[in-house]
Amino acid sequence: MNIAAAANEDMASISNVLIYSAMAVYTLAFLAHITEWVFGSRSKVGRTAAALTQPPATAPLPAVTVTATRKAGGTTVIERAEVTTRSAVGSRDVPDGPGAAAGDEKGELYGRIAISLTVLAFLVHLGGVVARTLSVQRAPWGNMYEFSTTFSLVAVGGYLLFLTLGKNVRWIGLPLVTSVLLDLGLAVTVLYTDSDQLVPALNSYWLWIHVSCAIISGAMFYLGALATVLYLFRDRYETKLASAEGKQPGRAASSVLGRLPAAASLDKFAYRINAVIFPLWTFTIIAGAIWAEAAWGRYWGWDPKETWSFITWVAYACYLHARATAGWKGRKAAYLVLIAFACFIFNYYGVNMFITGLHSYAGV
Amino acid sequence: MSKTTTPAPDTADESSSQARSTSTGEEPGLGAAGAQLSTAPSEGGGVPELGLVGWVRWCWRQLTSMRIALILLFLLSLASIPGSLLPQRGTDPAKVDRYKAEHDVLGPIFEKLQLFSVYSSVWFSAIYILLFISLIGCIVPRSWQFAGQLRGRPPAAPRNLTRLPAHTTWRTEAEPEQVLEAARKLLRSRRYRTCTAENAVASEKGYLREAGNLVFHVSLIVMLVAFATGQLWNSEGGKLVVEGDGFSNTLSQYDDLKSGALFDRQKLPPFGFTLEGFDATYERTGPQRGTPRTFRARVSYWEGADGEPRPRTITVNHPLEVGDSKVYLLGHGYAPVVTVKDGRGTIAYQGPVAFLPQDSNVTSVGVIKVPNYRDAKGNKDQLGFQGVFVPTFGGVGSGSMFSQFPALDYPVLALTAYRGDLGLDSGLPQNVYQLDLKNMKQFTDAKGNKLRKMLRPGETMTLPGGAGSLTFDGVKEWATFQVSHRPGNGLALAGALAALIGLSASLFIQRRRIWVKATPGEDGTTVVEVAGLGRSEWARLPEEVAAVALALRPDAPALPPAQDATDSAPTPADPAPGARP
Ligand code: HEM
Repeated sequence: MNIAAAANEDMASISNVLIYSAMAVYTLAFLAHITEWVFGSRSKVGRTAAALTQPPATAPLPAVTVTATRKAGGTTVIERAEVTTRSAVGSRDVPDGPGAAAGDEKGELYGRIAISLTVLAFLVHLGGVVARTLSVQRAPWGNMYEFSTTFSLVAVGGYLLFLTLGKNVRWIGLPLVTSVLLDLGLAVTVLYTDSDQLVPALNSYWLWIHVSCAIISGAMFYLGALATVLYLFRDRYETKLASAEGKQPGRAASSVLGRLPAAASLDKFAYRINAVIFPLWTFTIIAGAIWAEAAWGRYWGWDPKETWSFITWVAYACYLHARATAGWKGRKAAYLVLIAFACFIFNYYGVNMFITGLHSYAGV
Repeated sequence: MSKTTTPAPDTADESSSQARSTSTGEEPGLGAAGAQLSTAPSEGGGVPELGLVGWVRWCWRQLTSMRIALILLFLLSLASIPGSLLPQRGTDPAKVDRYKAEHDVLGPIFEKLQLFSVYSSVWFSAIYILLFISLIGCIVPRSWQFAGQLRGRPPAAPRNLTRLPAHTTWRTEAEPEQVLEAARKLLRSRRYRTCTAENAVASEKGYLREAGNLVFHVSLIVMLVAFATGQLWNSEGGKLVVEGDGFSNTLSQYDDLKSGALFDRQKLPPFGFTLEGFDATYERTGPQRGTPRTFRARVSYWEGADGEPRPRTITVNHPLEVGDSKVYLLGHGYAPVVTVKDGRGTIAYQGPVAFLPQDSNVTSVGVIKVPNYRDAKGNKDQLGFQGVFVPTFGGVGSGSMFSQFPALDYPVLALTAYRGDLGLDSGLPQNVYQLDLKNMKQFTDAKGNKLRKMLRPGETMTLPGGAGSLTFDGVKEWATFQVSHRPGNGLALAGALAALIGLSASLFIQRRRIWVKATPGEDGTTVVEVAGLGRSEWARLPEEVAAVALALRPDAPALPPAQDATDSAPTPADPAPGARP
């Protein structure tokens, strides 16, 4: 019997057309985002953003108004409980920036267009990956081309999911679309591999489990890393604003960074995403070990791919520990998590390309 | 739903109290109420006491401190990097030798530094042993402490509840006792552990977080033990089997056998198998032409000394499991079957000879040794053949002996022949895939050229001068198997799963405390205060406090705020633009 049922050529070319179309739509979304930022920089709110981030001189007691909804006799009665909060000691209390459009109407319009285009591009991208799956009749993660296309698909999917859940993630839009374009560009040029079946060693249902978890972990870690990079910029900006004398941020920096969420919000976003994904990444490694046990007779053999997964895992564990330790919050932890993500990326690109191990992919 | 407005910057005395605080992620300045919200270790600082005991105690405190554990953890990942960049003896000894041959300066230095066997090197072992001592030293006392916390009561309310990260207050006409009783019931129903003292209910929830954390770290120890067990008692051997041949699990049958330090090689479990056939399929078309698609070894195996043979197939991801041992399919190749007749026409050798693949199209090389040979005159001599076998020959014109496809489409065997002393009697172990040509002479044809012949199955190469002949009868496949015995797999898996569950609990469950205070106010009403404390990562604390406060309202209906009390918690004006909903 030949499991290599002839790869469906038509589906493969449909997939390629869809991926190229998705790239075109992502490009439009990219331009719309740029336009949003440009309009936003002209807006009044944008120009006064810096002023907004200055804590008021005579601040009233910090307060959060929490309203809760209760059902009473069929009608909804809204009661309010005013809860006073104290922010964590040592943190700056700076509100989030107003967002890319900064209240500018045209900017808002382009922002919405950009998101609609991203949704469209995501659907086309999804179609491309599904067509590829149908064409190869297996999980679409047999080589680095397929891995890359799925990776960016999941990253965009995660972003759109956060948007739907009403999270404050609009700021991810521009950097995400930019990097998705880079990723897809790399995939269709350097990494492209024709649609085909897997070598026998990769033909296992653990491939579905292990690789899908790896892709989700990677894509989410990527969003975390993105937030961390922006955090570092925004944090420096806030520090400069806060220092009475000393260098104040430049105008361009103020315009862009002033519209981002507060450093504390970015940091929190990054931490949450990393903390939630860390168990999944742990599971990815366990699933990989189970698969390795079935394929090569040992669950752990310090193969380069395994070694780098371990390094990545330890780096993220260090980050989680560091966050729990006084004195390691903020920038230091941020550098740690960037190192951790760099390890992940090296494991994915570097190890496949520069080091040969058992984890050889069908293509590159 | 919560709306955030601009909170005030912190006052100076809090910043300095943070500097003094050595605890992790907790609000400072709250005394017992803020303590031990996690099992995070406190940092062992300070100067060692005098004397040996003092020093030992100091070292132990350092080793089991979080900072050192973190550094060790980081060192461990750094230490594993060279092993991924340099060839390792454990996985590919031939590559190590090649590397050393190519680098005559660095090679010996790396060897000295144990860089070719990183994962069993002294320094790598030292790091992880220290790390796990640190882990044990850190986790065991924490477990006791946590057990104590479980038996104890939630800490009493701090004097000033407004200092807590989330706080709300209102006045009511209900009696303080009534309010406290209602609060206690409410918190109980929300699965808080409660404790009423004087004018306040203290409650705490989320102990599973710490339990999960401890489970996770203990599982790490379990995994290490499992890994060590596997290393010490494992055995792993390779065996090449030609179609039709068998293998039985005894030391002498292995081509090579590696085993852990404590494994008893004489006690291999009795079982065996015969390779009935081997099937391979390859991609026939497209750019991936020649890529293997299926490898399948059909075997019949038996358990015990004389068990019934049972049929099974072994494929790449599906090893044969017999008792504690597993038989994996690793590789395959071809074995030309030949018949060699000597000078008198009697059969000097007959059977398959395994050739070793050299490339992905299975161009293979091998040698045929014929030690029991007599020439035409009946004198004792020995024959040797060097051969290249290709399963798919590219055609006569191509001039190359490189296979064009891995399947047996057009098999050709090319041979050169030698006579002389094979060197088998020297007593030194010999490589079965190489000829020692030192004492051998090559056959030449009538014109004096070196004798070389390409054979299709069924064809015969006749040696000049009536020295005999070699017939290429056909081709069999062979497969290599790895037989491994590795105890501790189950324990490792259990440890890993427990670690995963513990980790999730420790990351997703929030430990928090809520206090409800009811004190008689000056105007005869009761002042109710609800305040909460969580770990700093937890953003939903205000919501939780508000939910508790709202649920308490039916039992303690709020009075409109007294005029003079408003300044303590003013209703915020419009939230700042861009504020997070
Ligand atoms: C071997 C690798 C290790 C890994 C992967 C690891 C991982 C983790 C993770 C993910 C957490 C959760 C952090 C959080 O609660 O936010 C944690 C907490 C903790 N770890 Fe480790 N750990 C390791 C080694 C150690 C060692 C050697 C020690 C002892 C010195 C230690 C002590 C602790 C303690 C006490 C906590 C609780 C912190 C808290 O509750 O705030 N860990 N660890």
